[in-house]
Order: sequence, then C-alpha cells, then structure tokens
Amino acid sequence: MKGAHDLGGKTGLGPIAPEKDEPVFHHEWEKRAFAITVACGFMGKWNLDMARYARERMPDPEYLASTYYEKWAHGLSLLLVEKGLLTEEEIRTRMSEISKGDS
Amino acid sequence: MSSKHKHAHPPSEIELKVKALELLLIEKGLVDPLALDELIDIYEHRVGPQNGARVVARAWCDSDYLHRLLDNATEAIREFGFEGRQGEDMVVLENTPTVHNMVVCTLCSCYPWPVLGLPPVWYKSAPYRARAVSEPRSVLAEFGVELGEDVEIRVWDSTAEVRYLVIPMRPEGTENLSESELAELVTRDSMIGTGLVLSSEEL
Repeated sequence: MKGAHDLGGKTGLGPIAPEKDEPVFHHEWEKRAFAITVACGFMGKWNLDMARYARERMPDPEYLASTYYEKWAHGLSLLLVEKGLLTEEEIRTRMSEISKGDS
Repeated sequence: MSSKHKHAHPPSEIELKVKALELLLIEKGLVDPLALDELIDIYEHRVGPQNGARVVARAWCDSDYLHRLLDNATEAIREFGFEGRQGEDMVVLENTPTVHNMVVCTLCSCYPWPVLGLPPVWYKSAPYRARAVSEPRSVLAEFGVELGEDVEIRVWDSTAEVRYLVIPMRPEGTENLSESELAELVTRDSMIGTGLVLSSEEL
C-alpha cells in the first residue's frame, strides 16, 4: 500500500537542513514518548512491523506535518486502544484533567 | 518537579497526550516508571555514535576483524557488547576510493541504534528520505561532501530487518594513531554515509 510514508523519490519537499550539535531529544515529552513506546514494546502485544503500521495509518497530511515522536505517540495510542489496554475515552479524559491541573 | 509545577506556557496537545498515556500505563501497571528513566538514560547518555566509531576504528586496525564484520556484522559488533533492539541484523558497507555508501530508510526511519544511538531529525525528515535515493549527489553536497564523478554512490534503503553501518575510509596520515585515537576521527555522519571522517589535524 502506498501512503505518505512511502517517501522514496518524492519531490518538492525542500532542503534537508541538518542541525549542528543536535541533542538526542529536543523536548522533555519526546523522552517520555520514546520511553513509553519502547517499554510498551516489551509487553509483547505487538511487533515492530505492527508498530510501524500503526504510525503509517496516520492520515497523509498529518503524517507529513508530524515529527517523529508525534508519530510514535499517535501509533502507541492507537495500538493500546486496539489491544484493549486503554480506551480512547480514558486518554481524552486524562488529557483534559492534566490540562485543568487536576492530575 | 511537583505536580503543581506550572508550565511557562499551557501544555500542547502532544505534551498532554504523552503525559496522559504515561500516567495511565503506570497506574495500570503496564510499564515500570524506573524502566522509563533507565531507557531514557541509556539512549541519551550511553548508546551513541561513539559505539560505531569503536567498531570502525578496529576494522581499520585489524584486518581479521574487518573480515569478521563483512562476514557477519551482527556477531562481530557483538564482540564489543553492542547488540539488541534495532541492531539484530546488521550489515556493514565498506567505502573504497571508487565506491561511497550512503544509508537511508525511505519508508520510516530505521537506524542501527546499538552502534549509532537514536537517529538525528534530518535522517527522519521527509526531504532526506525522499531525496537520498533519487539525487544522492545533491544531498551529499548539502552535507558539504563533494565526491568525484568517478566515485560510484551506492544508496542502501533499510528494510524491515536489516540495519546498515558504513565503514568510511581511513584518512591518510593516521598510521601512527592508536585505535582509540582513530575512533575520535569517526563522525556519526561518516557512518551513515552523509559525511566524511575528520582528518587528524581536525581533531
């Protein structure tokens, strides 16, 4: 299946712009997104290909506009819901609680 | 940092999402909070291109080791204790005066974590993934690498399993350097194929 993730040979995406002395992570949330994704992988409920496919199922415009760890968080959330470990509602509710400062 | 900690700005959607996932996963006992901190520490401080640089320096110094690497890179790299996630099926690519190797993952961002750590943003970016395979010379030029027209460029697109490590050419005038001094010349980008190693004067 060809989706936005199949980038080989695409044109019009601009320069590469490598960052000098780049840190491993750019934001605190990236560290947490990385760690929870890898740790959840250890549960053995899905393999690497399933994790990748979860990221690839992001809608094309969103995929192209998202950073690496945004895609990871999206994919992880999708897998956790699909495997019945969390529900969409739980995640939404908790996000709104944190936002209001209840958590 | 207490839970009453106020952000200088309201948390973004992605910050909220990641925090919510982490809290829920911990509460349900699905992940161990100590393991999360350990994972971050490993990939932020302990695993990185310094690992790959040691492999390259040994390959330069020890032709038996180079042969073992070319024969079975996963096993040869394990001699250093570098193994595991995203390095289960390693292949090394040796640069020569006539062949320059360069690595990409067009479909996602596969990268050999045990020897290079986590990938830089540019490696994961759409422009690199798109252009590395179609116009490698112009990509290399953006990294300041100009190769002669007589040098063949081979671009390797990572598969679901295989992870590549480029063995760059040993710079001239380094006969008297030790293996550990040589390792300091080996840059991350030289092992991806978008850069060259430093000269001993640049050290």
